[in-house]
Amino acid sequence: MAKEVKLFGMWASPFSRRVELALKLKGIPYEYIEEDLSNKGPSLLKYNPIHKKVPLLVHEEKPVAESLVILEYLDETWKHNPILPQDPYERAMARFWGKFIDEKLLPTSAKVGLSKGKEEQEQAMEEVHDQLKILENELKGKEFFSGNSIGYLDVVANILFWFRTEEEVGGLKVLSTEKFPMICEWIEKLIKIDVVNECRIPKEKYDDYVKLRQKASKSASS
Amino acid sequence: MAVQNTAMAEEVKLFGAWGSPYSRRVEMALELKGVPFEYIEENVSDDKLKSPSLLKYNPIHKKVPVLQHNGKPILESQIILEYIDETWKSNPILLQDPHERAMARFWAKFIEEKCMPPVWKALLGSRDERGKAMEEVRECLKTLESVLNGKNFFGGETIGLLDIAANFIAFWLRVIQEVSGLEFLTAEECPLLIKWCDRANAIAEHLPVECMPALWKAGWIPAENEREKAVEEACECLKTLDSALNGRRFFEKDTVGFVDMSA
Repeated sequence: MAKEVKLFGMWASPFSRRVELALKLKGIPYEYIEEDLSNKGPSLLKYNPIHKKVPLLVHEEKPVAESLVILEYLDETWKHNPILPQDPYERAMARFWGKFIDEKLLPTSAKVGLSKGKEEQEQAMEEVHDQLKILENELKGKEFFSGNSIGYLDVVANILFWFRTEEEVGGLKVLSTEKFPMICEWIEKLIKIDVVNECRIPKEKYDDYVKLRQKASKSASS
Repeated sequence: MAVQNTAMAEEVKLFGAWGSPYSRRVEMALELKGVPFEYIEENVSDDKLKSPSLLKYNPIHKKVPVLQHNGKPILESQIILEYIDETWKSNPILLQDPHERAMARFWAKFIEEKCMPPVWKALLGSRDERGKAMEEVRECLKTLESVLNGKNFFGGETIGLLDIAANFIAFWLRVIQEVSGLEFLTAEECPLLIKWCDRANAIAEHLPVECMPALWKAGWIPAENEREKAVEEACECLKTLDSALNGRRFFEKDTVGFVDMSA
């Protein structure tokens, strides 16, 4: 299928990076358009008028939005190198954990950054740890979340790279090898894979980006 | 492919709650596909009242609906709908074309994430939040009106995933409107969507509409002086509903709990 595939994305967005990873894993050629989220291009706004967000996939002029919806679309349109399992029950499980990551883990970890005061931060961290424990359990006896090779859930779980190993927030370790040995090992395995590494957010660039955004929000609120 | 009645019969159980739109979605899909199933009514008002089976199959969220198929639990209504479509091939609820499927999934997500939360805010939020929430709901409904685009159903000529996912709008929103007096869905702004609601409700079997307001009032809007009367009315309704609902059990409590609906 030599038809045109475009991806509107943003380098610091893990949702955008997920789609890039899936496209590369499936060997689908695409054109990447970097969006400046503070100044969104007319194409993005035209193709995704509801949410005006990245990532946005445009295939044969038809837009598909929302990273998890895009992943399913990719698998259904390009049947080679499937990222979702074939069995309906396994598919349901993969989707369940994908939803868990996006709808539970992500908002909980956002709370850590938004916490005011040490007590609130500690409580938020505890919630994150509880949820990470649940995910850690999903890796038991498996090479990757998706089994022997990387698949849908490993792609969706890319946000775990954000929880940088051994990094501390307010004196608390987010993702320690001691508490989450399997997740840490999974990260190490994954970043050795070329295509995964290509889709990682470079740490220093990301740290600068976060600092800039914090500055901007502080000056906006003052 | 019809459901086969083999020696090793398939075991399909649904743990649900009659007041939950999420639970009803799964029932609709199973009924549409003619899949025989056992229904277990759960008391969702309190974790301590939930059945041990539910807590075993859904330890993380402890919510309905849970579909159990040959011993394996499937959770989250949208995920269950996809599972049902992939397992029982008759009367498909998703179209074949990948882009159509993506659109159905996108709009189903939109309904859950953008349409439903502001309805609760409009009902239960602070005074400042309520007006804004009403606007949000209205905008969502106008968007869905344009998505429907003159079709009989979101799925085209027959009911599809999105019609099922939008059951909250077809049925519950109208009940909420009646109970609260808030006008979310109007004929001026969404004439096609209203017609769709009638079509969707005619196909899906629902609890008698006349009873729902009393039941909702008892659970949702309990101004102290009105509460006792609301509960009395609700209990009367439950008694008359009992036989109409094919022997489903109802919990004998003085409140009906809707608050802890499923994800």
